[in-house]
Amino acid sequence: MLMEDTKAELERHLATFQETRKVLIIVFLFLLLLVAVGTALALGAYAIPVGDVYHTLFTHLNPAGDVDALNSLHNTVVWDIRMPRILLSVTVGVALAVAGGVFQGCFRNPLVEPYILGVSSGAAFGAALAIVFPLFLLPLQLSAFIFGAMAVFAAYLLARVRGETPTVTLILAGVIIGSIFAAMVSILKYVAVDAALREIVFWLMGGFYYASWKDVTMIVPIVAACFFLLWYLSWKLNILSMGDEEARTLGVNPERHKLVFIVVATLITAISVSAVGIIAWVGLMMPHAARMILGPDHRFMLPAAAILGGIYLVICDTLARTVTSAEIPVGIITSILGAPYLIYLIRNKGKLVFSG
Amino acid sequence: MLEVENLHFSYNSGFPVLNGVSFKVTEGQVCGLFGPNGSGKTTLFKCCLKFLSYPEGRISMNGEDIRRRSVKDMAKLVSYVPQEHKPPFPYLVKDVVLMGRTPHLRGVFGVSRHHKRKAIEALELIGILDIADKQYSQLSGGQRQLVLIARAVAQETPLVFLDEPTSALDFSNQMRIWKILRRIAENGTTIVACTHDPNHVLWFCDEAVVMGDHCLVAQGPPREVLSEAVLDRIYENVCSVRDLEQTKMVLPRHVVDGNGSTQTGGRHGHGNHGIGAGAN
Repeated sequence: MLMEDTKAELERHLATFQETRKVLIIVFLFLLLLVAVGTALALGAYAIPVGDVYHTLFTHLNPAGDVDALNSLHNTVVWDIRMPRILLSVTVGVALAVAGGVFQGCFRNPLVEPYILGVSSGAAFGAALAIVFPLFLLPLQLSAFIFGAMAVFAAYLLARVRGETPTVTLILAGVIIGSIFAAMVSILKYVAVDAALREIVFWLMGGFYYASWKDVTMIVPIVAACFFLLWYLSWKLNILSMGDEEARTLGVNPERHKLVFIVVATLITAISVSAVGIIAWVGLMMPHAARMILGPDHRFMLPAAAILGGIYLVICDTLARTVTSAEIPVGIITSILGAPYLIYLIRNKGKLVFSG
Repeated sequence: MLEVENLHFSYNSGFPVLNGVSFKVTEGQVCGLFGPNGSGKTTLFKCCLKFLSYPEGRISMNGEDIRRRSVKDMAKLVSYVPQEHKPPFPYLVKDVVLMGRTPHLRGVFGVSRHHKRKAIEALELIGILDIADKQYSQLSGGQRQLVLIARAVAQETPLVFLDEPTSALDFSNQMRIWKILRRIAENGTTIVACTHDPNHVLWFCDEAVVMGDHCLVAQGPPREVLSEAVLDRIYENVCSVRDLEQTKMVLPRHVVDGNGSTQTGGRHGHGNHGIGAGAN
């Protein structure tokens, strides 16, 4: 009888150990993302009837659709201006949220954000350099990307001692490199003429004003590939978040895996920052929101954070381009909406988000 | 099963923490690693688990030198129960135990039912199935230790290292853990546990390895090894060993002598072997 009881108990626990519910939630979030994208497409400074918007969209999506027969103004606004902008904001949201989740897991610290290793300061310096010296060899985006990646690489080299990179040293190195680049940005701001200064400030606040299909075709495949790689490795991220020594005894080489995670997360952060400037909060907040909904298991938390990041940036960018007649830099909106949310999280749901 | 030969190790300062340590543990034994603070127990553990690379000596498990083994191979061979720690994220107890299955996971993404069953069974064995759905980080220190032991059980390795497995447990849980360790050992698993309680070594271990002053003081069956002479050597005159009916017991000397206040070890200035050596 007792044996039977234990067996039933085991089966009961095994039954509750299923993940169907979490998968369903992720599917639901994905549908929500589609709704957000659909809504954003219909909103904008230039009013187009909703029916025409979707007619334009589906004509493009339908391989047999006749694009030339569309109203050319509607076609330009919906397909050439709004669509790339929305896709780019979703992609950047995904990239920053996933990178944030990965950095938090790797560094075992829920307060880390993707810019922690200095990628944003490096990219800012690269961008400022290209703005102040237009004759500089590299175009703005490429320059931002190269300096952003360089900053992280420098932080990593600085922290690496005898084949090991202790987390605290790495974060400190990131802060140091970041402040050096921030100082150099200040120098550039100081010497810049007024127009260039304005452009630098604008870039630093982030925005999707110049989004084009060219950006989309370049960035979306890279972010998608990196996301799937990180997702594939997400169980290892669970193990890494237990600490280096334990990861080792559980069969996960902490040095090697941390390097892969940091390189991939830095790549998608740098590419996002170089495309649209520095957008704050998404990378810090979305992993927390995902953890609140689905728990800390990175296999579910990463895709949920990615989708939430996409939704959040689409909403913020839609607000940025519709609330006032002039555009508001999206970085301002993400911060204004984000800060109260994080305060709410910490005050009310602290226990669910951090272990403290 | 585990063989350590002439192991040397020193941290950056150059002060030798392990100075030619050699010992052997045979399969299915419970081995107690015993010694004062700073004697190099933890360092010895870390060398055996390849957290630290040692300049001289040889450690072999299952007859094979561990130097050439990959991290993944090691994880199939030896599991580790650390002293209590807190992860930064609120994992559930069953998630933590499931992590023990990592070296056996082959699939790309999902963790199959088979592995979940193993995790649940490990929780059952340790007797903590009732907390399976609780947040690991909100448990008490003792409960966390039980969870980590369950994780090592789920890892199904022939060798288990435990770093002071009973340090945060109440008396009944201490006894429970040692009984569980004995039961695991009966199935052929080799267990190496470091502990600060000489009585635990006397009562529950098949083999005792006593460290003192960065080298091995004695090795053998606990009842022979944990003599007053050995304890005096590492603890400077604080312990007496008494025979009970079936076993032995280590008692504080001043309690045995009856007049507790007068004698608490003669040479104070010489106590605390190398606490400053940073061996912990």
